[in-house]
Amino acid sequence: MMKQEIFDRIKNDPNYALLVQKRSRFGWQLSFIMLFIYFGFVLLIAFNPTFLAQPLCPKSVVTVGIPLGLGVIISAFVLTGIYVWRANREFDELTQKIKTNAKEVA
Amino acid sequence: MRAPLFLLLGCIGLYASEALGGVVEKQPLNMEAISMFLTFVVATLGITYWAAKRTRNTKDFYTAGGGITGFQNGMAIAGDYMSAASFLGISALVYTKGYDGLIYSIGFLVGWPIILFLIAEPLRNLGKYTFADVASYRLKQLPIRTLAAFGSIATVILYLIAQMVGAGKLIQLLFGLEYEVAVILVGVLMVLYVTFGGMLATTWVQIIKAFLLLSGATFMAIAVMAQYNFNFETLFAKAIEIKGSKIMAPGALISDPVSALSLGIALMFGTAGLPHILMRFFTVRDAKEARKSVFYATGFIGYFYILTFIIGFGAIVMVYGNPLYLDMAKQAIDGGSPILGGDNMAAIHLSHAVGGDWFLGFISAVAFATILAVVSGLTLAGASAISHDIYTSVICDGHSDGKKEMKVSKIATIVLGALAIYLGITFEDQNIAFMVGLAFAIAASANFPILFLSMFWSRLTTRGALIGGILGLSTAIFLVILGPTVWVDVLGNVDPVFPYKYPALFSVSMAFVSIWFFSITDKSERAVREHDAFEAQFIRSQTGIGAEGANEH
Repeated sequence: MMKQEIFDRIKNDPNYALLVQKRSRFGWQLSFIMLFIYFGFVLLIAFNPTFLAQPLCPKSVVTVGIPLGLGVIISAFVLTGIYVWRANREFDELTQKIKTNAKEVA
Repeated sequence: MRAPLFLLLGCIGLYASEALGGVVEKQPLNMEAISMFLTFVVATLGITYWAAKRTRNTKDFYTAGGGITGFQNGMAIAGDYMSAASFLGISALVYTKGYDGLIYSIGFLVGWPIILFLIAEPLRNLGKYTFADVASYRLKQLPIRTLAAFGSIATVILYLIAQMVGAGKLIQLLFGLEYEVAVILVGVLMVLYVTFGGMLATTWVQIIKAFLLLSGATFMAIAVMAQYNFNFETLFAKAIEIKGSKIMAPGALISDPVSALSLGIALMFGTAGLPHILMRFFTVRDAKEARKSVFYATGFIGYFYILTFIIGFGAIVMVYGNPLYLDMAKQAIDGGSPILGGDNMAAIHLSHAVGGDWFLGFISAVAFATILAVVSGLTLAGASAISHDIYTSVICDGHSDGKKEMKVSKIATIVLGALAIYLGITFEDQNIAFMVGLAFAIAASANFPILFLSMFWSRLTTRGALIGGILGLSTAIFLVILGPTVWVDVLGNVDPVFPYKYPALFSVSMAFVSIWFFSITDKSERAVREHDAFEAQFIRSQTGIGAEGANEH
């Protein structure tokens, strides 16, 4: 269990509030984007499959569904990349600051 | 006998079972495959020996000492996820239904980003060895640990049965070994890896297998594309010539919005509630490495699904109708162009078509290695739920020394291995297509809601988690039993009582709503304490201060 002093110190550290606020907002935003993309895709299949079945270009055999489907896969990877990129910089830096501040008391 | 084959092997049993079927015939001994498989077994036993010398305490045993890097763990997670079922089952689904196979595989991928954005880092910061550590962090140990351990063990056993039956049939087909011999071989090897090498050996077996599987699949996809000058237009045009233009568009996989949502929820939240996957997050040093693991895992898994899509189309143009792979006996009865061993063999036949006998042997050996690696991860997760959660935390009230706990987990591994062999043989001719679907439903409806709310909702109480978890769990089980997969396919009734194949939309909602309701109406003194304890837990989950194995300097 955490020592009360350290606990209070972190609780009152503005960096902690900033970290929690920034990270949860970012995490939820990206989650909603992913849910929107995926369930949008799934509901498109359920409600309007003919949209996905139409050819991409007039003479092509490739249907609209192929790039859209692959796009969902790629978007999942890109979104994780965006999160990791920002977290490695901004969030880890804030966490480090919080840790340093907390240690000064101990 | 309607033998559901390889789909049973991994994640996708229930959902794509319509694409699979066929009776297994024992094949002649395949020497190339056997020699390559033996090489794999010898190499992995060597790793187990190496790992055994480094596995001294419980931390080593459950989490490989916490010293796995993000990249290695990402590869191992991908290995856990890319079962033989994903490889053979999804490529078979693309082979038979075209675009539906792609839709299906996407469902398995999209849970990963959500795990990263919301779960991975707090999970690593709060847990030690199992996800029950996190779920019971500020709640009453006895009931919550028991429930979480029960959820883990149920998921693991259902998965294991499916894997063992699939393994027996696959090996029978690929290597020409007897079903029982194959099941016993898998059971014995997995017990050896886990009891001696613990998480370190299991992780490296998983990494090697993931590497072999990705290399093999990459080679196959490139070989297919090379035949069509790396032009998708010509590949698809040729496939349409053979199978018609319906393969380029959504088919029958998703027909109504309720099933669509329910399947999506099961795959997303189920993934985030699988004990063997969650356990992997404790093998890395800190939240940063946990985060990186998911990034790499998502990349590998997404890449793998793109490959299976190409492989499925490759099988349409190179295997379908090819007299070399045609099952003439079956054709004489049923007509059409059935392939030897059933549709699940599409990728295996394609490996022969593009690379000859040796490459066929390689891919067969990789398929076997895949099963071994997946069952090892499952067994370790099951054993740690028994030793760490039930024995140490529930029976001994947290007062057990590491040596005893390790001993219990090794005994649990051996018992699980014996049980897996026994159940694998018992269920040989049973229709078990529902089992993996049930495992995912339990993971999504019991494990995930408790885990998620314990990390993010300060008002969660023991009463809410316990009642809600049990209701979610039982709703999932009842709806699977009353639904088409068990009520009609297994029990032989004409119409299902519950019309949908996937219960997750209902059972997950049931879990969340009842956890919420029984928590907010909990006015006990204990509930107040649990609420007060949230802040300290939240600080640790956010910053990692006080986390297991974290560097505190």
